[in-house]
Amino acid sequence: MLLLPLVRLRARQTDRRTDGQTEMCTLEKRGNVFVLAITGPGEHRLNPTLVGSLRSALCRVREEPNCSALVTTAEGKFFSNGYDLSWAQNHRDRLELMSSELRALVRDLISLPMPTIAAVTGHASAAGLILALSHDYVLMRKDRGFLYMSEVDIGLVLANWFVTLIRSKIGSPAARREMLMKAAKLTAAQGAAMGIIDSVHDGPEETIRAAIRLAEELVVREWDGHVYAANRMVVLREVLDSLGSDEAVEAAANRASSKL
Amino acid sequence: MCTLEKRGNVFVLAITGPGEHRLNPTLVGSLRSALCRVREEPNCSALVTTAEGKFFSNGYDLSWAQNHRDRLELMSSELRALVRDLISLPMPTIAAVTGHASAAGLILALSHDYVLMRKDRGFLYMSEMDIGLVLANWFVTLIRSKIGSPAARREMLMKAAKLTAAQGAAMGIIDSVHDGPEETIRAAIRLAEELVVREWDGHVYAANRMVVLREVLDSLGSDEAVEAAANRASSKL
Repeated sequence: MLLLPLVRLRARQTDRRTDGQTEMCTLEKRGNVFVLAITGPGEHRLNPTLVGSLRSALCRVREEPNCSALVTTAEGKFFSNGYDLSWAQNHRDRLELMSSELRALVRDLISLPMPTIAAVTGHASAAGLILALSHDYVLMRKDRGFLYMSEVDIGLVLANWFVTLIRSKIGSPAARREMLMKAAKLTAAQGAAMGIIDSVHDGPEETIRAAIRLAEELVVREWDGHVYAANRMVVLREVLDSLGSDEAVEAAANRASSKL
Repeated sequence: MCTLEKRGNVFVLAITGPGEHRLNPTLVGSLRSALCRVREEPNCSALVTTAEGKFFSNGYDLSWAQNHRDRLELMSSELRALVRDLISLPMPTIAAVTGHASAAGLILALSHDYVLMRKDRGFLYMSEMDIGLVLANWFVTLIRSKIGSPAARREMLMKAAKLTAAQGAAMGIIDSVHDGPEETIRAAIRLAEELVVREWDGHVYAANRMVVLREVLDSLGSDEAVEAAANRASSKL
């Protein structure tokens, strides 16, 4: 397979991080399939830097709307462990920025003019799981990794738009209750039983290969990318409508301010 | 009308007496008072709601209301307040359904996070179609938040199916079924204790439930069906 690296998006964190990592992602095209990979061994926390580089990559992807598909994946133990709460340090402006950046990224994915597939090769928690679920298809390695909406365990209130997105992807109220009210740590097999995960695979490389195979099958349909996006936006209209605001981050910021 | 006890970490709220436990303002008022007491201990607690006798609850007290507008409206607003209390309760809630649950009585059961039921007796029954009543919008909003299958909702609401516990479990309404009433309550308390072990902050738990059930909360503000029923009653005078 000829790998054509398109861009290596790198960003330097301005504040010191204990693990010394700089969050970045790579974008390559393998035949018709864009592969967007969050790189580095860390937790891939969704701070504005990482989300900004993902959005830049999607700008590039958007330039080739026909006969294309997107696979999003990540290196290491984590797909993404959610918002960068240690960066935000409960500061109102940082919480609001993380939320608005993530909502913009999700809007980018929902309006992307091609099919999208998340190849979940590690843990996906909270906002990280939301990122995975913002794709049309979700494939996951079967041997390791959990899907986990951690909010109730860590004392946070779910964003309305998180719940709206989850409701658009998980049809069973009991499954939603397990995820959201019981903070269940779901394996890939449990995710598949709940209908969140479309297929499970042996290990990360096979998961990515399967995602690319699925992407190629979808490309063969020769859909007009803009029509595909427009239809997705109709199907996920409620989700799009919910992206305009985030009351939970308002409330969290208010609680934080009131402790000062 | 109801008793409240605490067994370890678990509040057990039981509707007492051998009757149908019709949801008139008196019974609903005593349930709400009990929940006030429960609300005082939001951490490391859970609630199990159950009932004595043949019925969990057979719904609104229509013979008390006698089609009087003010009584119908009072019963509706009291039940909606009770449901709001349950949805905002700062701890996990479990209904141990040990008898028939019909109409507003089934709504009461479904207002809990988990619903356990005895397998050997008792029906779940939305009776409105059979008895000539129109479903409240908020009933349907609540049911939609708990039952995902449109076909299952049609069976319940448009066919007034009398569901056994097993059928309820297949539809995803009932989380688990048990042998008889005592075992159902024991299982409910066991589940409650498992949830308490998670040590959730009760207020965070409630806030999250209120996000998940936001549409249901929004729907509790009014009840067009009782307006319509009261109008039909008035027009017959």
